[in-house]
Amino acid sequence: MDLLAQVLAWFANPGHWQGADGIPTRMLEHVEASGLSVAVAAALALPLGLAVGHTGRGAFLVGSIANLGRALPSFALLLMLIPIAVNLRLDFSTWPILGAMVLLAIPPMLTNAYAGMRAVDRDLVEAARGMGMSGLQVLVRLELPLAVPVLMTGIRLAAVQVVATYTLGAVAGGGGLGRYIYDGFATQDTARMVAGATLVALLAIATDVALGGLARLAAPRGLTVGRPRALPAGEPGTV
Amino acid sequence: MRGNTLRGTALSPTDAGTSPRSRRAATVALEHVSKRFGDHVEDQPAVDDLDLFIPAGATCVLVGPSGCGKTTTLRMVNRLIEPSGGRILIDGEPIAGRDPTELRRGIGYVIQQVGLFPHQTIAENVEVVPRLLGWPAARRRERVEELLRLVGLDPARHLRRYPAELSGGERQRVGVARALAADPPLLLMDEPFGAVDPIVRARLQEELLRLQRELGKTILFVTHDIDEAILMGDLVAVMRQGGTLAQFAPPAELLAHPASDFVARFVGADRALKRLTLRRVGELAPAPVTIAVAGEPLGAARARGGPGAPGHLLLVDHEGRALGWVDARGLPDDRPADPTTARPPAPLLEAETTLRDALSILLDAAGSPGIVVDDTGRPTGLLTVEAITAALQDGNGPGGTGEDAPPPAGSRPTGG
Amino acid sequence: MPGEPLIRWSWVADHPAEIGGALGQHLLLTVLAVLGGLAISLPLAVVAHRYRRTEAPITWVAGVIYTIPSLALFVLLIPVTGLSILTSEIGLVGYTLLILVRNTLAGLDGVPPDVLEAADAMGLTRFQRLVRVELPIAVPVIVAGIRIATVTTVGLVTVTALIGQGGLGQLMLTGFINLFPTEIYVGALLSVVLAVAADAGLLLLQRALTPWARVHGAGA
Repeated sequence: MDLLAQVLAWFANPGHWQGADGIPTRMLEHVEASGLSVAVAAALALPLGLAVGHTGRGAFLVGSIANLGRALPSFALLLMLIPIAVNLRLDFSTWPILGAMVLLAIPPMLTNAYAGMRAVDRDLVEAARGMGMSGLQVLVRLELPLAVPVLMTGIRLAAVQVVATYTLGAVAGGGGLGRYIYDGFATQDTARMVAGATLVALLAIATDVALGGLARLAAPRGLTVGRPRALPAGEPGTV
Repeated sequence: MRGNTLRGTALSPTDAGTSPRSRRAATVALEHVSKRFGDHVEDQPAVDDLDLFIPAGATCVLVGPSGCGKTTTLRMVNRLIEPSGGRILIDGEPIAGRDPTELRRGIGYVIQQVGLFPHQTIAENVEVVPRLLGWPAARRRERVEELLRLVGLDPARHLRRYPAELSGGERQRVGVARALAADPPLLLMDEPFGAVDPIVRARLQEELLRLQRELGKTILFVTHDIDEAILMGDLVAVMRQGGTLAQFAPPAELLAHPASDFVARFVGADRALKRLTLRRVGELAPAPVTIAVAGEPLGAARARGGPGAPGHLLLVDHEGRALGWVDARGLPDDRPADPTTARPPAPLLEAETTLRDALSILLDAAGSPGIVVDDTGRPTGLLTVEAITAALQDGNGPGGTGEDAPPPAGSRPTGG
Repeated sequence: MPGEPLIRWSWVADHPAEIGGALGQHLLLTVLAVLGGLAISLPLAVVAHRYRRTEAPITWVAGVIYTIPSLALFVLLIPVTGLSILTSEIGLVGYTLLILVRNTLAGLDGVPPDVLEAADAMGLTRFQRLVRVELPIAVPVIVAGIRIATVTTVGLVTVTALIGQGGLGQLMLTGFINLFPTEIYVGALLSVVLAVAADAGLLLLQRALTPWARVHGAGA
């Protein structure tokens, strides 16, 4: 448990909590870059996914983007963008990783926005149209609220993936918590490396939990108040 | 089948013959059986102190409204559910002491949703239990083909198909074949025809009756449909909410003498009509009819009819099949019976037609008498609406209800 | 590096052994991880299915592992298992668990209740029911999980380059260090091809294993 003590000592060192390489700064960098990437990707993916889900047209496009997103590894995407950034004379420690994060955040949000819309009961849509709602009203008042839980799942998946991907950005000289891992690895400073990995893991889990909680708050109340129906008396239970 | 089905012999359940005609049947006895779900004494029992005895070879239908515990009762017999109290015996042996899996391999089970294994072919589905019992492949194969033919499916067409490729009715036939695979002496059927459309249901019911005439199994059959219960059962156990037995009797007795208002309401206000479904045209003695063969002199026919010969003669062709009525009043004896003057034949009734259907046919024909024909189409006599209603007055319980069920006081057995 | 083409095909032609070796190692790391993941997930899913109380803790643990960024998980393992293939595999297996457990569980839960009732009523033992009925019927859903897990693992193997493994990731990392785009792009393209090929191969395998899932109802 020598290592544990070293890691705790690393965390206890006040020097690691201040300055450009301090934990708060790195954490903020990580959260900022992740939040920005998710926001940009959401601005691109959600309208497209909702539109495809609402109209039912373009499902093939959504499927293809989802499959490509799954097959193309984030690390590969990051490294592929570096020569392009170099050719375009852009800063290769920031732009490739941001590009990779945005591109990888798109598929989960796109597919979940689409799936959330498609999962809305077609009978409800028919009923809404039958009551005289316009296409836009059906989208805003019916489909969108009902799609919120699935849509939020997409945002959550994207955010957790983006937090993980930004860690890899340190390889190309980027900031964030990945720096501790990469620098610790390079300088054989195991305590620093493990401390960084711990921080990254905690940030990812915190992101997951926070967005999960947000999803519950955002879901329409009618979708969350139901309780599993108890077996009526006299009915045989499971064998 | 009524009248002789109770005479099946109970063989040892371990004597697994391969013939579907082995007529192995078991007795089933429920003694003070009760079942509560939940651990609390105050929980309503699903089944409460139930006593039933089902003779070998009988079809016993458990019928009642939902929540009456009929399915629970059925599932206790193969120990899918364990009773909270009382005991169940098959062929006199308490089942509580037997290994549940071994017990179940000797009991056929058919359910509404059939429960065919979707990943196995029809052949594989039917041979599940024989495989568990370790039958050699050749014997299994032979058995599967035999069973498919027995339930009216063509082995060549169906053996290699998957359940998803069959219609609902075909799936249920496979379900019955699978339940019969190891020739069990006892079949449990839980609303087996509840999920198919009425036309297919009627056909499957008829075929099960035919099968049962051939096999003579003991069958415990659950339904919520009183008509099905009356049609299928030698014995009907009417259950009510709370899992108690409201009446346990042969169908005719149930209809003629419902034991309580609950049973009377449950069997329905048309129970007199339902009683007619229990009896067939062939059970009644038809009124005599004078027959004239086409072309023969009318005098010859009149002579056959005797002094009281009516003015109307029933004209038949040389094969003996009815052609129609001839009004012979005022015609000389030497005039040949002329088919061209025959009025179209009155309704024909077969011996197998239920009295209920016969009554409906006769009412449809504006009350003219029906001609009862045998299975070659030859007239044997006449049946009138009056004769049917008289039969209803006459017999409160037709015969053939079995020696184990004494007729209720005041009823007279009639020939069946 | 500006002006350097993204792929220099002459390099590709000159280094078949290097590329093939990286591809082979990538495939090996992937196959080991998915097989290891299956060996752990199937029993876990069966346990979670049978004893419902264990479902929440099992999926929770698998979910936490899945949430931890890959590089962080590998790094946390280094003090225990060093810079070895074992470190890579433990991490890679860890990532397959959530997908495989979830899909296996969904497959088992998807077995129609009437089929289970029929199986019990015909006298199959618990084990016979599991092996002859439940698992075969769950195969399409399980294989769907294996496909997702495999594609995910192909991607994650690239990251293990950072702890000295990596297959095609190693090729890509070398390309980055040498500022030589060809190695990056060859590695990235081949990993995509590998993922797509593995996905398609598994789909074909599933079709071959479940001929019954392809037939459609004949109607009543």
